[in-house]
Amino acid sequence: MVDIKNVFKMYNQKKVVDDVSISIEKGTITSFIGPNGAGKSTLISMISRLIAKDDGEITIDGQDIMKTKNNELAKKISILKQSNSINLKLTIRELVAFGRFPYSQGKLRNEDWVKVDEAIRYMELGEIQDKYLDELSGGQRQRAHIAMVLAQDTEYILLDEPLNNLDMRHSVQIMKTLRKLVDELGKTILLVIHDINFASCYSDHIVALKDGKIIKQGRTCDVIDQCVLKDIYDMDIEIQNIDDRKICVYF
Amino acid sequence: MGYKKKTIILAIIAILLAMLYIFYDLRGNIGYILPRRIIKVVAIVLTGGAIAFSTTIFMTITNNRILTPSVLGLDSLYLLVQTFIIFIFGANSLVMMSSNINYLVSIGIMVLFSLLLYRFLFRGEKNNIYFLLLIGMILGTFFGSFTDFMQVLIDPNEFMVAQDRMFASVNNVNTDLVYISIIIIVAALIYFMRFYKYLDVMALGKEHAVNLGVPYDYIVKRLLVIVAILISVSTALIGPITFLGLLVVNVSYELMKTYRHFYVIWGSVFISIIALVGGQFVVEKIFTFDTTISVIINFIGGVYFIYLLLKENKSW
Repeated sequence: MVDIKNVFKMYNQKKVVDDVSISIEKGTITSFIGPNGAGKSTLISMISRLIAKDDGEITIDGQDIMKTKNNELAKKISILKQSNSINLKLTIRELVAFGRFPYSQGKLRNEDWVKVDEAIRYMELGEIQDKYLDELSGGQRQRAHIAMVLAQDTEYILLDEPLNNLDMRHSVQIMKTLRKLVDELGKTILLVIHDINFASCYSDHIVALKDGKIIKQGRTCDVIDQCVLKDIYDMDIEIQNIDDRKICVYF
Repeated sequence: MGYKKKTIILAIIAILLAMLYIFYDLRGNIGYILPRRIIKVVAIVLTGGAIAFSTTIFMTITNNRILTPSVLGLDSLYLLVQTFIIFIFGANSLVMMSSNINYLVSIGIMVLFSLLLYRFLFRGEKNNIYFLLLIGMILGTFFGSFTDFMQVLIDPNEFMVAQDRMFASVNNVNTDLVYISIIIIVAALIYFMRFYKYLDVMALGKEHAVNLGVPYDYIVKRLLVIVAILISVSTALIGPITFLGLLVVNVSYELMKTYRHFYVIWGSVFISIIALVGGQFVVEKIFTFDTTISVIINFIGGVYFIYLLLKENKSW
């Protein structure tokens, strides 16, 4: 359970995250949607202690994230940000192996390599696992990074725009993998996502943000609603039911 | 060729060159010449090692291949601190008379400055590398000019006394600091060992490192202190060589083709020793002191620096 209470963050006198409170249940996918500059990435960075919050409280399973040891927290929660420019000579396998650092402190044991292999298999990277990162396409690199987060084997996984740079096939593949992680392994996933149709089709809960404030949060079927979406994006978005899925038509 | 093999080959070349420097053309009063040559080589090895090691750490902390402590002006700062101490205490004071005390006070001030540097440059949100580079250039020039300015103000007699002890070069190694430098470097290395395991992860960048449970700010601060100490030691022993660190660490990365710091650090340390000892040998025996090794290294390093700037510019 992730509990966020009255969290604030200011950049140069401007409130980027403004009194946000959410609680996120275990074993669900929660999507954060909203226009650019709504504070989604900032919020998710604060939950993963990448940036400090100005006020408020964030607890994970009852533990305050600022008072938990870095290494313990790294076994509980992992984050993948949208910009992943690593300029090192690394192969996919070596990158994924870094995910074991919280457990191995750099000296990988057999059980760590088992997890690395599992993560590589899960992301279907087996054939290219010895390729260097700079030889990969954007989609392959993104999948390699997700594999690294999987190898970290945390209960909570935070992803900041994981579908960036991906074509439809890979986007769908990744969302299905995430769904599988939640349904089969009981992980809890929080993601920032721009495509509201992906949010609508794959997530259990949606949190809609605008100007740092929560406009609406709840089950997916409640948030994907014409009036709510109009509040968030200031545009008329028609919603069609196709095979029991709510698809937004905004073109 | 494996990393291990490459490292061993570099080590062997470094040792052979050191031997060559010590034993080449050894005639006359051996009892006088030999110890002097040995201590000079030891000083050069310490300096080369310290520069290579600190530059590798610094590049990992700042996550780039262009910015080095020297480019940021840390060695000019050391000279400024030295001048400042004479300016305040005078050349005949206790602080100046005992070179060891003077040395330790200077290192202390350097450590304090590195903490300031941390506050201003690393604490904030993500900094642009070109911004840091610009700040470094300005600070380096400022420190240099300020040093000159204070030297002009000092009593000329005091300056003469101090100059000999303060401003070392490869031809004029500060040999009386060698023993205490060994102690300082060993102490810094022992302190460094506890942070060693984090280096590979930190090279992935701050966000990845924090995600993987590295107490990032805590470690960066301490590593910067170690960098400041090592730069002080190297500058005190043979003076500033601005582009040596940049050159050897980048060559090491190119040669080793790995992200593992163990090999990159050792590689750069040996390359640095090869460049300094080999270079000094060439300068003494072939150029017969017509030029200095700092000039040669800064020339090659400077060209390489421009090349790196242009290359990085393209990739962004």
